[in-house]
Amino acid sequence: MSELKAIRVAYGEALASLGEENEKVVVLDADLAHATMTATFGSKFPERFFNAGIAEANMVDMSAGLSTMGYIPFCSTFAVFGAGRAYEQVRNGVAYPNFNVKLGMTHSGITLGEDGGSHQAIEDMALMRVIPGMTVVVPCDANETHRAVKAVADMKGPAYLRLARLPSPVFEEDMPFEIGKANVLKEGKEAVVFACGIMVATALECAKRLESEGISITVVNMHTIKPIDQNCILKYASGCNHVITVEEHSTIGGLGDAVGEVLLNNKCNVSFKKIGVEDRFGQSGKPEDLLEEYGLSEKQVYNQIKGVLNR
Amino acid sequence: MMDIDELKKICREIRKDIINMTADAASGHPGGSLSAVELMAGLFYTQMKVDPENPDMEDRDRFVLSKGHAAPCYYAVLGEMGFFDKAEFKNFRQLHSILQGHPDAKKVPGIDASTGSLGQGISIAVGMALGAKAQKKDIKVYALLGDGELQEGQVWEACMAAANYHLDNLTIIIDNNGLQIDGTNDQVMSLGDLSSKFKAFGFQVLELPDGNNLEEVLAAYSISTMEGKPKCILAHTVKGKGISFMENQVGWHGKAPNEEERQQALKELEA
Ligand SMILES: Cc1ncc(C[n+]2csc(CCOP(=O)(O)OP(=O)(O)O)c2C)c(N)n1
Ligand SMILES: [Mg+2]
Repeated sequence: MSELKAIRVAYGEALASLGEENEKVVVLDADLAHATMTATFGSKFPERFFNAGIAEANMVDMSAGLSTMGYIPFCSTFAVFGAGRAYEQVRNGVAYPNFNVKLGMTHSGITLGEDGGSHQAIEDMALMRVIPGMTVVVPCDANETHRAVKAVADMKGPAYLRLARLPSPVFEEDMPFEIGKANVLKEGKEAVVFACGIMVATALECAKRLESEGISITVVNMHTIKPIDQNCILKYASGCNHVITVEEHSTIGGLGDAVGEVLLNNKCNVSFKKIGVEDRFGQSGKPEDLLEEYGLSEKQVYNQIKGVLNR
Repeated sequence: MMDIDELKKICREIRKDIINMTADAASGHPGGSLSAVELMAGLFYTQMKVDPENPDMEDRDRFVLSKGHAAPCYYAVLGEMGFFDKAEFKNFRQLHSILQGHPDAKKVPGIDASTGSLGQGISIAVGMALGAKAQKKDIKVYALLGDGELQEGQVWEACMAAANYHLDNLTIIIDNNGLQIDGTNDQVMSLGDLSSKFKAFGFQVLELPDGNNLEEVLAAYSISTMEGKPKCILAHTVKGKGISFMENQVGWHGKAPNEEERQQALKELEA
């Protein structure tokens, strides 16, 4: 896990190679093409790239219209605007008619950094998860982003991709990727940690540290938040006493609640801890300072896991 | 009224503050901050009824920075006027700072609306103007918008409401610098004939050939409003104004100067 690469950079590349394979793929952006990296596609296929200007609501419904003409639109902006400002367009324009639109929203979470709380989407997974028929995918690294883009293009219907801004570790293994099927990265006895996005690497590092202290835990890359992999959750929850979730998102409505619902609905008798942003807005700061402030640095996640294990 | 040469000096200080703030933070938006200096300083120093000693003064005039990314210019103006200690400039965009990347009304004395999501500020200003009218108060409301920002449909919803409610206590100022992030306005999404559009929406329109010329800006501000009509000042400006290598360069929208560029910029401003 030495190489660093931004998930959004991989997103741009993945779109460009998808564009080569499938001429039905079109890409829309809202004056942030060099930030979301859709410009990588745009420079290769200018005739299939549409800048909507600073008009996110219009962009989402234009994508809806394009999908009815046989295209596979990927539309992108920052997550706060794509999932937030254009929410009702996503709900009624795209999801209600079950149109084949892919929402690739970048700069999610607090690691967006210096632009501050107005720009940091900490609620987008929650917003998207409650929409009927919406698939929600959160790739953990650059490699997985390539596979996720391909997978959502191959499925029919609306999908939301949550894509991080900062360079983050790239995993060495070529993991399989199937929507709705979690990847178990490491098996252990004392607890299971379900993580998504850039927190997967953090959870793995914590697990390695615990391993060196003789504590073994399972780490699961929960790349699909919806449909959630119920079988995987139940299998690993029943094999240990503690279930922990880690996400760069509000602890309300995101991965933690998606996992928690499965546990409750199935009467799992385990201890349960959600690690994430605790019901407050983000703020300006360097990404690493923000992770520390919001309890999501490696050290803090490690401490919180240890606290749960009571060791 | 303040002496115009004095105000020109202040504008130069504001430009230095913008450069230093973004360079210290190694992030932020110098281009659209620099284009708005005369528009914002002219407004705050000569027009607005505000009191740095008493930022929550009742019946003060209101300003909304609808193009919230020009926060460095806003902070520089408020800091130079004494709304808060200029030592805060150093903390711009740092953890726990009152000077967030985009204006946060909870944190900064003198700021009445939190902005950063484009297109929303003008609606907030319309609400303020409506509230002032409903209370029959002599409160003037101003909003500063970017030209790219005008692509948001919400802006036009707000304009419609401003005319519908005859908000002649509202002035919107357009920082028409021709650039946004992905290119020129025309490369991204053409805005068409803005002057006609605002007129058609029921605004009194004043077009400024040079919105970085303080004399012109002050003259426009002093023209009285037509009864029953909101006012629009359409100011042609230069993005990155005052720094040779930033002027009209789209790349300086959201990029901070490095140390060498900071020194070069400060030297140009001293000259
Ligand atoms: C709703 C929304 N969409 C996108 C952005 C990202 N963004 C910040 S500044 C900007 C370009 C603004 O251009 P313009 O209004 O012309 O500002 P200026 O040239 O004066 O800096 C964009 C797209 C945003 N802040 N808000
Ligand atoms: Mg502009």
